[in-house]
Amino acid sequence: MTCEQLHHVSLIVNGVERSAAVPARTLLSDFLRHELGLFGTHVGCEQGVCGACTVLIGGRLARSCTTFAVQVQGEEIRTVEGLANGDELHPIQESFRRCHGLQCGFCTPGFLMATEALLSENDDPSDSEIRDFLSGNVCRCTGYVGIVASVKDAALRARGVNGSDQ
Amino acid sequence: MKPESFSFYVAESTQHALDILAQEGDDSKILAGGQSLIPLMNFRLARPAALVDVCHIPGSERITVDNAGVRFRCSVRHRDALHSNEVNAVAPLVGQALKWVGHEAIRSRGTLCGSTAHADPAAELPAVWLALGAEMVISGPHGERHVPAESFFKSFFTTDLNADEMLTEIRVPPAPDPSLRRTAFQEIARRHGDFAIVGAAVVIDLDGSGRIAAARVSALGAGEVPMRLRSAEAMLVGSPLDDQELLENVEAEVRKSVQPPGDSHASARYRKKVTGTLVRRSLAECAETPSTYEGML
Repeated sequence: MTCEQLHHVSLIVNGVERSAAVPARTLLSDFLRHELGLFGTHVGCEQGVCGACTVLIGGRLARSCTTFAVQVQGEEIRTVEGLANGDELHPIQESFRRCHGLQCGFCTPGFLMATEALLSENDDPSDSEIRDFLSGNVCRCTGYVGIVASVKDAALRARGVNGSDQ
Repeated sequence: MKPESFSFYVAESTQHALDILAQEGDDSKILAGGQSLIPLMNFRLARPAALVDVCHIPGSERITVDNAGVRFRCSVRHRDALHSNEVNAVAPLVGQALKWVGHEAIRSRGTLCGSTAHADPAAELPAVWLALGAEMVISGPHGERHVPAESFFKSFFTTDLNADEMLTEIRVPPAPDPSLRRTAFQEIARRHGDFAIVGAAVVIDLDGSGRIAAARVSALGAGEVPMRLRSAEAMLVGSPLDDQELLENVEAEVRKSVQPPGDSHASARYRKKVTGTLVRRSLAECAETPSTYEGML
């Protein structure tokens, strides 16, 4: 078998320039996990349906499993690793912890990134706006009630109102 | 699963993209947002030998709105069209339908031209182009040709595009009188954002007295291509939009005229029935909306 041609891909991941030489068929999800060792981005369905691999590309919500790394050359990528500040959880992560927005945690990175995108454009979403925006992410544990509560709590805290204390 | 290996090119211009297609042959494909193509490649249902990324062609992300209507260049993303005030002012049907396309993360990368060239019979945009009388601009080795939406969609996932051509632009003609145009889009899916089971797009142009001067009605998921429902359109012309008896008759006519396939998601009988219901709901929505163009006037 002939060797596949490698493409030099350079991205800004969570504010740091990272690069690797990969075949064109390398999905962004695999680039992040296998080349950069960022295992926070999870791979579920690999067909753009489950949302576990959701990241921000140039500030926009996107599926890293239906994007080739070579397509996003030079772009700014934000992954779940970019949320927490060292040992200090990001406020959205804190709300998910507080309001039981996760159980097994497999889908959580995608939900956190989607919540980050939602709250950046709407700081006071209604239940139906939250459910509509998060409809592209699948959770098999929580039944979504805890997730919606977490997003509402994160929105409240981001607006400076004290959220639920559980 | 992972895709088969392929050669990858970034096109710098339309001509550059066409040159690569010519050089790589029939197994090469255009890559825009990749939201239809990459899942198929992950499953190895598609194994192109070469991909040509057209998203970096200068100006390809441009939406032009002028008195010739709206022009969407080849890498306009769903999200940008959905949030464009200009598009929503002159062709609100596009935004009405785009709300149903996938989810936020899909819409931020998927493109209008890519989805149109993919030609899924359950996709929203092809039915929208039929209802709006849009025109497809195709570039190929022998220059540019313009194809009406109705002749563009040939069969399941099959369009008028040849392997050495690309869809460079979609043109939506202007409404004869924007203040007298009403549009609506309705669909049924298992969950919002899933592929539609069936759907309907309606464009009505009223005359000065409130009667229907022209009607274009199209259905998706009701056959192997999106289709105009001409017998229903003919029944509408000349009547007021709030004629309940007419709407009932149109609904019955749609149910009689469509011959949808049945599959594991819905039986043929269900699709037939629901297509009629959705056309009726769309017409009712048109009647309720004073003018979808208020924002502009």
